[in-house]
Amino acid sequence: MLEIKNLHAGIEDKEILKGINLTINAGEIHAIMGPNGAGKSTLSAVIAGKDEYEVTKGDISLDGEDLLELDPAERAHKGVFLSFQYPVEIPGVSVTNFIKTSINETRKANGKEDMPAKEMLQKIREKSELLEIDRKFLSRSLNEGFSGGEKKRNEIFQMAMLEPKLAILDETDSGLDIDALRIVANGVNKLRSDDKAVLIITHYQRLLEYIKPDFVHVLYDGKIVKTGDASLALELEEKGYDWIKEEINA
Amino acid sequence: MSKYTEDDLEKELQTKEYEYGFYTDIESETFPIGLNEDVVRAISKKKEEPEWMTEWRLEAFRAWQEMEEPDWANVNYKKPDFQAIAYYSAPVAVDPNKTLDDVDADLLAMYKKLGISIDEQKKMNNIAMDIVVDSVSVATTFKDTLAKKGIIFCPISEAIKEHPELVRKYLGTIVPQKDNFYAALNSAVFSDGSFCYIPKGVRCPMELSTYFRINQAGTGQFERTLLIADEGSYVSYLEGCTAPSRDENQLHAAVVELIALDDSEIKYSTVQNWYPGNKEGVGGVYNFVTKRGLCEKNAKISWTQVETGSAITWKYPSCILKGNNSIGEFYSIAVTNNYQQADTGTKMIHLGKNTKSTIISKGISAGHSQNSYRGLVHMGPRAENARNFSQCDSLLMGNACGAHTFPYIEVKNNTAQVEHEATTSKIGEDQIFYCNQRGIDTEKAIALIVNGFSKDVLNKLPMEFAVEAQKLLEISLEGSVG
Repeated sequence: MLEIKNLHAGIEDKEILKGINLTINAGEIHAIMGPNGAGKSTLSAVIAGKDEYEVTKGDISLDGEDLLELDPAERAHKGVFLSFQYPVEIPGVSVTNFIKTSINETRKANGKEDMPAKEMLQKIREKSELLEIDRKFLSRSLNEGFSGGEKKRNEIFQMAMLEPKLAILDETDSGLDIDALRIVANGVNKLRSDDKAVLIITHYQRLLEYIKPDFVHVLYDGKIVKTGDASLALELEEKGYDWIKEEINA
Repeated sequence: MSKYTEDDLEKELQTKEYEYGFYTDIESETFPIGLNEDVVRAISKKKEEPEWMTEWRLEAFRAWQEMEEPDWANVNYKKPDFQAIAYYSAPVAVDPNKTLDDVDADLLAMYKKLGISIDEQKKMNNIAMDIVVDSVSVATTFKDTLAKKGIIFCPISEAIKEHPELVRKYLGTIVPQKDNFYAALNSAVFSDGSFCYIPKGVRCPMELSTYFRINQAGTGQFERTLLIADEGSYVSYLEGCTAPSRDENQLHAAVVELIALDDSEIKYSTVQNWYPGNKEGVGGVYNFVTKRGLCEKNAKISWTQVETGSAITWKYPSCILKGNNSIGEFYSIAVTNNYQQADTGTKMIHLGKNTKSTIISKGISAGHSQNSYRGLVHMGPRAENARNFSQCDSLLMGNACGAHTFPYIEVKNNTAQVEHEATTSKIGEDQIFYCNQRGIDTEKAIALIVNGFSKDVLNKLPMEFAVEAQKLLEISLEGSVG
């Protein structure tokens, strides 16, 4: 589904991603782990199309379609979703209004009519229950005054509403207490299906206790240096990243 | 891959187009340019006014000649040549005594273009409308329905003839002829506008609305609105304004006076969309307006304004809270783009006990525009326990525009409370990217952010117009990129 080939990207003159190769098939969950500064968040931003990063070489395609040709909104319309590490505030725009706009704009781009109000309401109800979100929360201004945990839960709520083809979770576990972590993981697991894929970007292993990845990749200095199954995450948790560095430098 | 930087954002904002910029070729009778006592007399004669009215105008004219154009506002423009303007222009086909069915076909076509179908207005049962083109009122709907409740809603020129006792009693009592330069000019040369009287205890069953349109070139528009809510009555009133796109600046100097007698309430909403000039700042309407209301005991006046048009705006809808327990409110959204300049705000003059006022001002600046909030909160010596809350928020787009706040506070009673809050924010690339990532394109994202920012004020508009205003904000800021 997602195919990244020899991706080089950076900010201004500094190269951060130095030749990433990654293939994610439908139905799979991948985790990318790595030390601070390895380029994890850059990778997620580049896939989503954030313009401050410049792609100097390589390709990213989704179901054979060149993503680099598309602007961020168009990528979203194709089913790319990014759960932000630091979601922004939009004062005066309620969670409900925002998600409604998001869904309908995506539908419009795909030649569909607005979602009927009844269906929208039903869906909001269902997904907010799944993520144990209080009704009152939905009328609050987007992310304004939200706690760290509320922001992340709201991201996953939006993901659940949009049902994206490819969901990228950028450090979604940071700032979550154990209960919130369980709820968020539950939301992600519910999304799991044969035609969808998830890419989890994380520093720690703890989210992976709840969401079992099919593949774990280690990102170090802009490259994927090691790939394994879920047990690799445990190994990293136990031993840290230093042994990887040593292995590479050896 | 498209990139979206601050520069792009700015560029996009500059593509704004003014969709009301057409001119309708209607035969008009326009006075020669220039202003002197004879012109004032001629206007008065044209309107078949009684002698007292002519004298009132002349008094204003003489005062105006002695006055100087104010220059304290935070706006820069070439002062108009008042002798180069025609002070009266009327579509020939309009005879004030004719009914709606006789209105000229070209005029009707123009309304259609403006999105006002009079036929539709006739059918909608919640809005009565008066339409003023250039200097005269051309159509007033629902007169008969309103008359059954004793409500008078008519062109002011008609009120001067038919209800002189009311006009004489109240005209100029809130905004005196000599109040300021533009008010004096308006008092001398106003040619039409709306008059409204709501009798004691009557709740006006529909929105009253006036639509102003400048059409003719080289003319000024000076409308005068007088609205009286008698004891215990209620009325909601809305005005809208547009003008054709022209290279020269057109002058608009209106006066609005509101009188809210004991226990009455007036809700006055404005959607101002005069031609703002082109993207280089050429042309556009000079909008110099004096709006003021008086609240007697327990009365309430709410001003709500959505200001998106005009090259220069100079406007401070105010409340004199004379009666005890009276309430004044001012809710404003002012959008400036390209080279527009707005200096707008309010004055809340607390004279009575337990008077309350609320000011919520939302300024949105883009392009090279300058947007200023200027407000006065005055607590008089007898204003025991008076309260004011003010909130002024500014939203900036790009790096070339400016937002300014000039709050004045005068407190002469130590039991009075005044609160002032102000914020300034900027639409960030991060906000836009976040929206983009959720499938919301940049244009829609700006609209969403601006609407969110303006929500507290949009909520105060009558339902029918909130949607229109929301759309107007989008058009003003984004261009009609489809």
